[in-house]
Amino acid sequence: MNGDEACCEGALAVGCRFFAGYPITPATEIAESMSRRLPKLGGIFIQMEDEIASMAAILGASWGGVKSMTSTSGPGFSLMMENIGLGICTETPCVVCNVQRAGPSTGLPTAVGQGDMMQARWGSHGHYEIIALCPASPQEMFDMTIRAFNLSEYYRLPVIILADEVVGHMNERVIIPREDEIEIINRRKPSVSREDYLPYEADADGIAPMANCGDGYRIHVTGLTHDDRGYPAMNAHAQEQMVTRLVDKIRNNREKIISTKNFYLDDAEIVVVSYGISARSSMQAVRNARNEGIKAGFIKLETIWPFPEELIRSVAPQVKAMMMAEINGGQMVLELERCAHGACPVSLVSNYGGAILHPALIQSAIAKAARGKI
Amino acid sequence: MTTSKPTKNVPPHPMDSLLRTERIPHIWCPGCGIGTVFSAVLAAIKNTGWDPNTIAMVSGIGCTGRMAGYIRLDSFHTTHGRALPFATGLKLARPQTKVIVVSGDGDLFAIGGNHFIHAARRNMDLTVICVNNLNYGMTGGQQAPSTPLGAKTTTSVNGSPEEPFNFSYLASACGATYVARWTAMQVRSLRSSISEALEKRGFSFVEVITPCPSSFGRRNRMGSALEMLKFYQGRSVIRGDIDPKDASMDIDKEIVVGKFVDIERPTFMDHYEKFNRPQMPQWRPLHPDTQKGR
Amino acid sequence: MIMSDKRERHILLTGFGGQGIVLAGDILGKAATLYDHKHATMTQNYGPEARGGACSSQVIISGEEILFPCVEEPEILVCMSQEAYTKNIKSLRPEGTLIWDTDLVHTRKADLRERTFHIPATRFAEQLGTKMMANIVMLGFFSAVEPIVHAEALKKAVSDSVPASTKDNNIHAFNKGREYGQAIIKGAVKPEPGTHQD
Repeated sequence: MNGDEACCEGALAVGCRFFAGYPITPATEIAESMSRRLPKLGGIFIQMEDEIASMAAILGASWGGVKSMTSTSGPGFSLMMENIGLGICTETPCVVCNVQRAGPSTGLPTAVGQGDMMQARWGSHGHYEIIALCPASPQEMFDMTIRAFNLSEYYRLPVIILADEVVGHMNERVIIPREDEIEIINRRKPSVSREDYLPYEADADGIAPMANCGDGYRIHVTGLTHDDRGYPAMNAHAQEQMVTRLVDKIRNNREKIISTKNFYLDDAEIVVVSYGISARSSMQAVRNARNEGIKAGFIKLETIWPFPEELIRSVAPQVKAMMMAEINGGQMVLELERCAHGACPVSLVSNYGGAILHPALIQSAIAKAARGKI
Repeated sequence: MTTSKPTKNVPPHPMDSLLRTERIPHIWCPGCGIGTVFSAVLAAIKNTGWDPNTIAMVSGIGCTGRMAGYIRLDSFHTTHGRALPFATGLKLARPQTKVIVVSGDGDLFAIGGNHFIHAARRNMDLTVICVNNLNYGMTGGQQAPSTPLGAKTTTSVNGSPEEPFNFSYLASACGATYVARWTAMQVRSLRSSISEALEKRGFSFVEVITPCPSSFGRRNRMGSALEMLKFYQGRSVIRGDIDPKDASMDIDKEIVVGKFVDIERPTFMDHYEKFNRPQMPQWRPLHPDTQKGR
Repeated sequence: MIMSDKRERHILLTGFGGQGIVLAGDILGKAATLYDHKHATMTQNYGPEARGGACSSQVIISGEEILFPCVEEPEILVCMSQEAYTKNIKSLRPEGTLIWDTDLVHTRKADLRERTFHIPATRFAEQLGTKMMANIVMLGFFSAVEPIVHAEALKKAVSDSVPASTKDNNIHAFNKGREYGQAIIKGAVKPEPGTHQD
């Protein structure tokens, strides 16, 4: 099956029963699969009037107690930004899959891009932390959609899957595990009485138990800055407290959230960092470089946000050079530079989208770096 | 409602059980019509006799949007214009809950206009109360899709050059199953219309013409809040039997009020279940308890 | 005789939108992975038009994990339209195999490799009831002249991938293409003369 279909299957396997979306290439197949599959499981598929409405609807459904998701591509992702912010602020679990095309604007609807990395991080206004995952194959579309739901339910926020056109449309074998082999995490429920319940009072790990609509807690949910009761609190102190918690619940748990796969780091001199479809080209390039006797290593980012700051900080002083391979003008390379912090030279291998990175391009950058030219 | 600080000696209000009393005083200006509509909504809810835990309120942004913050129900104050799609998701995920959307004219019909026409077209099972105060109140009185032609606002200082929408006509044209309009002075009729709207299956819509004395009234020299209320009431003509397209909404001539639409039409869920039933051997309403996992 | 080596086999299926080029690639990949238990990737290139635009499907089949999923220099090129032929013929490896629809492509003599096969797939499909099945006729033919995946695996994948009501017709179409291919390989049938541009 293709990556889009695998995303749908992963969502259903982890218990998603509500999908609201709007057709857009190259993510349409996720919506189409959902519309075929959800009714059979007693779930709801609704095609909304736009992506703004789709995002709003999945937030509403999540508060109704149902795991929900939407999918889109660049232009629709832009339209979703305001309500992604509402999801962040109100701590609403849900999943948004962005099957990236090349931008800006309508760009190349049917061709690959990875230009929405920073938009996923900072696209909604204000300061917040986000979780974003980057699948590199249909199998990872399945697996990471499950993980995205589990992270969203646990940490209570919209989790973004940053797929791309090639992964979305690529057909490969996808192994779907038995139902009892799939780990499913559901949102934490309040354990106190209705009188004692404070909707935004966090447990020790920074996560607040969540009462759904209809559970009898008569919650108030607002995108205004709010206190533990969920009531608007229009002052700097309340703002500091609320945003600190929104940020810290991710930052303080980043070791549990961050996932990378590291290859040949033990003796690596040149380390390539990449993600999504570019990770496959990078892996090929690193293997080819190894065959030619260059001590190349590879870090595959499975979570993009939060960025594996500690890992990069520890690797950078040990190596001659690091490089980021990505399909944009240089977005994640900024993070790589920031975290390498001058301990080694950092470079970028990229194009602006439309085609995936050729392994030969990355391989020649590795060879160049090995000769000390960067 | 009172805007004065509550004191310990104030006797309990009959609607206290439905109020987040700890959040009072509210933010609405003295004389604002929203309080009247809020009271009517509370009374209508009480009148249904439903378990409050089975009712939810969703609002957008604006003065009316704050209603969701004062009502002791599951209540959601969402983003500007997006109350209806949020409510759509909530209702479909939790069909056993009655979902009420309250918002202003700008929220529902300008920034949220597209959502309104589609929610009505789908006949989503929601009750929508629109507080129409003819301008954007919270931001200080700007021109809205309801502002009468020639009326003064901070963004139309010489008179609004735009023709306004007739919301009740629009709602009926889009397929609403229940449509009524009243002015804030006609409290008893308003309350009874909200009650009927709550009991109605499908997309029910109640429009209330309310004074915004601080902005619209002041800029258009309409006098005090009471004078505004009386002015709107004086312009109103009760015409229950009228075709919605003739239900004029013109503060200079005639504000036609009454119940314009009360029909039966299958809802989105009726159709969804019908078309998908062959695929749904074990169909059941979605509920959190049916979610598997630990 | 099935290739059992681990090396990657690069196949490019080309034509225009509406011919089922992507479905053909999907079936090929499915047969290789689900029934021959190999690794396969299928990626696609297509334009915004639902019908008529240039369209291609890139399939890689390998005994090992496939990283880079693009087919740049195919060893097997299947052309089901003139535009696709003109656009892609230069990418075919010198020792590669060229397969085309006899009626839809005029080849250039200079382009022809040692291994060339053609079949009037669309005409055969029309004779069987609908030209929609030209892609399946072509797959049957492919299975005979380039046995990269087992014919039985391909047949299963065809059955899985087409609407239930058309399954028998599609298997029939597959067999028609396969038998024609086998006959040509054995020399039992002389291929029709292809048309050349030059």
